[in-house]
Amino acid sequence: MVRRIDRDQQRFDKIIKGKVRQQLRKYINHGEMIGRKGRETVSIPVPNIEIPHFQHGEKGSGGVGQGDGEVGEAIGRGKSDGDGQGQAGNDRGQHIREVELSLEELADMLGEALELPRIEPKGDDQLTSEKDRYTSIRPTGPDSLRHFKRTYKRALRRMMATDNYDPKDPVIVPAKDDERYRSWKTVSEPHTNAAVIYMMDVSGSMTDVQKEIVRTESFWIDTWLKRQYNGIERRYIVHDAVAHEVDEDTFYRIRESGGTRISSAYRAADQIIKRDFPPSMWNIYCFQFSDGDNWGEDNSECIESLKQNIIPICNLFCYGQVRSPYGSGDFIKELRKVEEEFENLILSEIEDKEGIYGSIKTFLGTGK
Amino acid sequence: MVVTTHRPLPKVLSDIQQEMEQHALDYGLDFFKTIFEVLDYEELSMFAAYGGFPVRYPHWRFGAQYDELMKGYSYGLQKIYEMVINTDPCYAYLLSCNDITDQKLVIAHVYGHCDFFKNNAWFSHTNRKMLDQMANHATRVNQHIDTFGYETVEMFIDTCLSLESLIDPYLPHIRRTKKSESRADAKKRSDAEGDNAGGRFPAKVYMDRYINPEDILEEEADQKRIKAQEMADQLKFPKERLRDVLHFLIQYAPLEDWQRDVLSIIRDEAYYFAPQGQTKIMNEGWASFWHSTIMTKHGLTDQGLINYADHHSGTMATSPNRLNPYKLGIELLKDIEERWNKGQFGPEYENCTDMFEKEHWDKDTGLGREKIFEVRRIHNDITFIDTFLTPEFCYKNQMFSFGFNDSNKTYEIQSREFQQIKQQLLSSLSNHGRPAIYVQDGNYKNRGELYLEHDYLGVELKLDYAQDTLVNLHNIWKRPVNIETVIDDRPTILSYDGKNHSTNSKEKK
Repeated sequence: MVRRIDRDQQRFDKIIKGKVRQQLRKYINHGEMIGRKGRETVSIPVPNIEIPHFQHGEKGSGGVGQGDGEVGEAIGRGKSDGDGQGQAGNDRGQHIREVELSLEELADMLGEALELPRIEPKGDDQLTSEKDRYTSIRPTGPDSLRHFKRTYKRALRRMMATDNYDPKDPVIVPAKDDERYRSWKTVSEPHTNAAVIYMMDVSGSMTDVQKEIVRTESFWIDTWLKRQYNGIERRYIVHDAVAHEVDEDTFYRIRESGGTRISSAYRAADQIIKRDFPPSMWNIYCFQFSDGDNWGEDNSECIESLKQNIIPICNLFCYGQVRSPYGSGDFIKELRKVEEEFENLILSEIEDKEGIYGSIKTFLGTGK
Repeated sequence: MVVTTHRPLPKVLSDIQQEMEQHALDYGLDFFKTIFEVLDYEELSMFAAYGGFPVRYPHWRFGAQYDELMKGYSYGLQKIYEMVINTDPCYAYLLSCNDITDQKLVIAHVYGHCDFFKNNAWFSHTNRKMLDQMANHATRVNQHIDTFGYETVEMFIDTCLSLESLIDPYLPHIRRTKKSESRADAKKRSDAEGDNAGGRFPAKVYMDRYINPEDILEEEADQKRIKAQEMADQLKFPKERLRDVLHFLIQYAPLEDWQRDVLSIIRDEAYYFAPQGQTKIMNEGWASFWHSTIMTKHGLTDQGLINYADHHSGTMATSPNRLNPYKLGIELLKDIEERWNKGQFGPEYENCTDMFEKEHWDKDTGLGREKIFEVRRIHNDITFIDTFLTPEFCYKNQMFSFGFNDSNKTYEIQSREFQQIKQQLLSSLSNHGRPAIYVQDGNYKNRGELYLEHDYLGVELKLDYAQDTLVNLHNIWKRPVNIETVIDDRPTILSYDGKNHSTNSKEKK
């Protein structure tokens, strides 16, 4: 039964989610606006919606309080420069409300806003994996699966019913009939999993601003791909002159310096794919971010490696070149030369934060 | 649809309830029959979001409120212990997970509120069957929704809510104007009287002196002039400025029937809730006075002491930048009781200049209890503070006034002087902290524009909100709307003509 309040709350939810939808572009470009990220949900701060009244402003306002303090002592700040969000100017004093969105909803909004096509997974959805789920109870089984609580309850009930239970000496002795065991069911799941490999250049010329762009963009890419596949596996590679596989956290935080050899990252990616993701079973996505300032002699090796090992087995290979304060490199020009040959090689230049929106559209707009 | 969550009180609680009720009666509290219900937090939040009423019209703001309450509770920021609604019989909701001492305290507190609702003069005009009234409102709104669609009605409700504070909180208690005759009636009347009065009768010259006597003609001319003035007054509309803007809009704005109905629902409900805003300090003070009296004299058990002390002190906590109505109310009531017990009132006491004598003044008059019952009957927050706040009280309670310093955007302590504290307190309580706004002219510039006036008392309007509100007002009035206020010490008119906002300083007359 739906209570009135649930209906009103749903309506309210819809209204504030509408706000997020309207301003999605802003949220996409400014990743820091995404608040807490949980496993399944994100919370997004939105300005509270309020019904305007004729009401008093701050100028000339005051009140009466209680406590210690000298005349002239400050007791609190005005609201106008209270809650962060850095956008000065004529925005109203903001009460922030957090909207809780599931990642699926967010992905759907993203898809809608960017008009992204659904991804057609590679044709091995015949492939299923089997999993055991412990979801039921039965009266026989090995002791290791005995359900203590159920068994105890049944025993207790039986003893009370037969008047053998003494509250002063509450000993429960389960009989054979009381025993209950966990039992499993085998479920088969269609296996359309995807593997995503993120590569980032962490050489000296990539500053925090560039990394922030990478981070924001990969968050949205992740969100979208997660929505499209049953489960995705992610691998992260950072490189300067040599490449390392790292975990997600390190990927976003690491700070290195040194030269740039992109081929090292390609080699690492190749190894990971060979090791973990046989291309016949996986939809493989590679996203590479760099400022494109590669070591000149390395370029030919890179192209060769891409052509031979990586591009042929990937659903998509995306290269995003972020502009760094040291000027943009020319790696993207090298790639442009071979762009024609492969339809799953996607290139995008990201000038600044505002470019993220367009870049995501370029990468994911192919529907692969 | 679940309307009531009614379930009988568990034995433990109904025992407590009877005990507390008896104590309350013994102290002379007088209340409607009070029905207690125990709710879990979700249900209590739901009731709180709906202002205590189980059936309200659908609107997202209730959902927003509920969401806020539930989140605040789950993050451990806030907790509602009870809710009482002003109806006959009185309904009170208790939180099921309250500890037993809390329940006792809360029940005693509730009886304080019930007594206040029944006896305080400012509540005397509220509808005690509001439960039914609210449900009827819900039905009416739902009918409109069925006919005109959810979003249409919702948008219109948003518009009305934006104006809901534009009522005359004293209206139920005074008749401001004589029952005014409608303009149509007035016209009919003046037509019937005709214009034949005055003027000369035809007469021969030599008879003129007798047929048209000079003094009578003069008198008639005077009357004509008065009548013309009256006619001009009738053109001015409304005749005198009106506080009840909503009523004016319901009467004269070009609304469809359903819209008029929705607007009058919003107005009705605003009037129902108004006295609660007018008596926040007194009401909470009175209820706290009684929970503390009953608990400390009768209700407390040894094991409940710590819990009680914790709960009570939490309720009474003060902070420098927010006045706690519970604290101020209970302290002031206690102060009054003490003063009237000791006879610290009247000219003899007031005129005494010996501070020592004044401090130890005790005539053993013992009128305290009687006095506070009288106070709870006749006062609202403003008259309460105005009559009973004393310099000694302010000093004892470390009160100060603070104000907004525009140059560094902070609130600063301004004064510990009695007069200033009192002034500040009264002005922040007037119209419970909202600007007072009047309809000045419904035919401004003879162009059918609406002209409102803000009674500027030193605090400016929040400009962006005012402009948004003007937009909503325009949605209802359909012609340009204006409000006169003061910005940066200059009289200013804010206008909205349906497309653009404009701000003009008012030309000096």
